[in-house]
Amino acid sequence: MLTFANLTKTYAGGGAAALSQVDLAVQAGEIAAIVGGSGCGKTTLLRLTAGLDQASSGFIEIDGDRVTAPHPAIGIVFQEPRLLPWLTVRDNVAFGLGDQPRAARRQRADEALERVGLAGYGDRWPRELSGGQQQRVAIARALAPRPKALLLDEPFSALDAFTRASLHDHLLALWEESRPTVVIVTHDVEEAVTLGDRIIVMQPRPGRIYEEIPVDLPRPRDRMSPNFDAAKRRVLKALDNSLNPQHPPGQTAPAGGALWW
Amino acid sequence: MTVQASTARAVADMESVAPQDADGRARVARALAGRIGGVWLVGVILPVLLAAGWELAVAGGFANGRLMPPPSQIWGELVRLAATGELWTHLLTTLWRVLAGFAIGAIAGTLAGLLTGASGLARQALDPTIQALRAIPSIAWVPLFILWLGIFEASKVALIAVGVFFPVYLGVMGAIGSIDRKLVEVGRVFRLGRLQMATRVLLPAVLPEWVISLRSGLGLGFMFVVAAEFMGASEGLGYLLVDGQQLGKPAQILAAIITFAILGKLCDQALVLATRPLLAWRDTVRARL
Repeated sequence: MLTFANLTKTYAGGGAAALSQVDLAVQAGEIAAIVGGSGCGKTTLLRLTAGLDQASSGFIEIDGDRVTAPHPAIGIVFQEPRLLPWLTVRDNVAFGLGDQPRAARRQRADEALERVGLAGYGDRWPRELSGGQQQRVAIARALAPRPKALLLDEPFSALDAFTRASLHDHLLALWEESRPTVVIVTHDVEEAVTLGDRIIVMQPRPGRIYEEIPVDLPRPRDRMSPNFDAAKRRVLKALDNSLNPQHPPGQTAPAGGALWW
Repeated sequence: MTVQASTARAVADMESVAPQDADGRARVARALAGRIGGVWLVGVILPVLLAAGWELAVAGGFANGRLMPPPSQIWGELVRLAATGELWTHLLTTLWRVLAGFAIGAIAGTLAGLLTGASGLARQALDPTIQALRAIPSIAWVPLFILWLGIFEASKVALIAVGVFFPVYLGVMGAIGSIDRKLVEVGRVFRLGRLQMATRVLLPAVLPEWVISLRSGLGLGFMFVVAAEFMGASEGLGYLLVDGQQLGKPAQILAAIITFAILGKLCDQALVLATRPLLAWRDTVRARL
C-alpha cells in the first residue's frame, strides 16, 4: 500500500505550494490515475514518491516504509523514455539489476523485453527504435526489478493515438501478471478512465486533491459503452469545477446525478 | 478538331517529357557530383598540379629551386634519410615524446576535468587558477621547465603535457556540465552510488566530447613537440628542422615537415579508430566524427 500523509511541497523561491496537505492511500494492486490542470502538483507528487525530491512536510510510505530517497520497491516511467543511448536495449532494461550476476541480469532483461513485445530487440541501440518502442523499453526497465509500486508520469503523452491505445493494453497485461500498485499521472481523461480503478482529480494553487472518482467498470473496458462515457463525463465535470474557484472540493453532484447531466 | 486534339496531345507529351527530362538531368548531375565528391582524389588535384608545375619550372630552368626544392629532391631526401635510418630515429624520438606528453596531459586533464565538472566546490576552488594558468602562452614555460627539469627529455615531455592538458580539461569539464539532468535522474532512481553514477552515467555521457578534446589535445601535442625540439635537441623531427635551417638544407626541412604531417595524421586516425567502438551508439549526422 502506498500512503501519502499530509504531504506538502513548497519549492524554494516561494509562491503557492506545489502540493498542499495531500492525504491519499493507494491500495496494493490498485491503479490510481491522477488528472488535473497544469500546476496542480501531479508531477511533483510523483517526483516525491520516486524519492527524487524531498517533501517540505508530511510523508510517503510504501508498506509502512518511509520514502525519503529512491526506494527499491518503487519504479518510475518518465514522460520521455530516458533510455541511456550508450547502452543496448537489453542493457538498458538490465540497468536497475546491478546487484545480480550477469547471466541472471541478462535473463531477467530478456524476459521483461518479451513481456513488452520486444523480444529479439535486445541487441539494438535505443536510437533504432520508434518512440512507442522506446517507451515500452522504459516500462520494461522499470518493471525488471519487480517493484511493488510503479509510477508513470504522462508516459504516453508524446505518442499518437493508436500507439497509445496499444500501450494501454500492454500496460494492463503487464499489470495483470504481477499486480503492482500503479500511480499514473495523465492529462488525458480517456486514458485515466481506461486504466484507473480510481481517478484522483487535483486542483492547482496550491496543488491538492479535489475529488476521488472510483471507476467500477470491468476490464477490458469498452471505450464505446455508455458507462465508460459517463465516467469520462464525470471526470471532465470534476476537472472543470476544480479549475473554477466557485466550486469548493467535494461539491460535485453524486455519482448517480452526474451520469445524466 | 483533330488538329486541336493532336496539338493538345503534343503539348501533353511535351509536358510529360519535359519533367522527365529535367529529372533525368538532375539525376545525372547528382550522380556526377556524387562520383566526384565521393572520391577523395578531387582534393589531390590542386597539390599535385602545384607540385608538377614547380617540378617542371625547376627542370625547365625557369626557377633555380635552391630555397624551394622541387618534389623530386624532397622525395630523394626522404629516401636518403630513410635509407640511413636517420629518419626512423628522429621519427621515433618525436613520437615517443608526443605520446608520453599526451598520456600525462590527457590523464591529468581528464581527472581534473572530472573533478571540477562533478563538484561545484572543486570548480570554485580550482577552476580560476587553472584558467589563469591557461592564459599563459605555454611556450613561456620553456625556460622555467629547462631550469627545473634540465634540457633533456623531462622538460620536453612536460611542455607537451601542459599543451595537451588544457583542451582535454576544458572539454571534459564542459561536457559534464552539459550532461542531461534527466539521465542523471535515471541513475538516481536506480540508487547508484557516487562511483557507480560516475562510471555508469557520467563517463559514458561525456565520451564523445572527451574524444574530441583528446583529438585537439593530440594536435597541440604535435605543435609543442616542435617547440620543445627547437629549444635544444640532438634528435627528433624538430631537430631535423633546425639542422636543415642552420646548414641550409631546405629539402631536409621539407622532408621533416612532410613526415610531421603524415605522422600527425596517422596518430589522429589511430585515436579515432581506437575510440570508434566506444561511440557506436551515437545518433548523430556525423557519426564518423
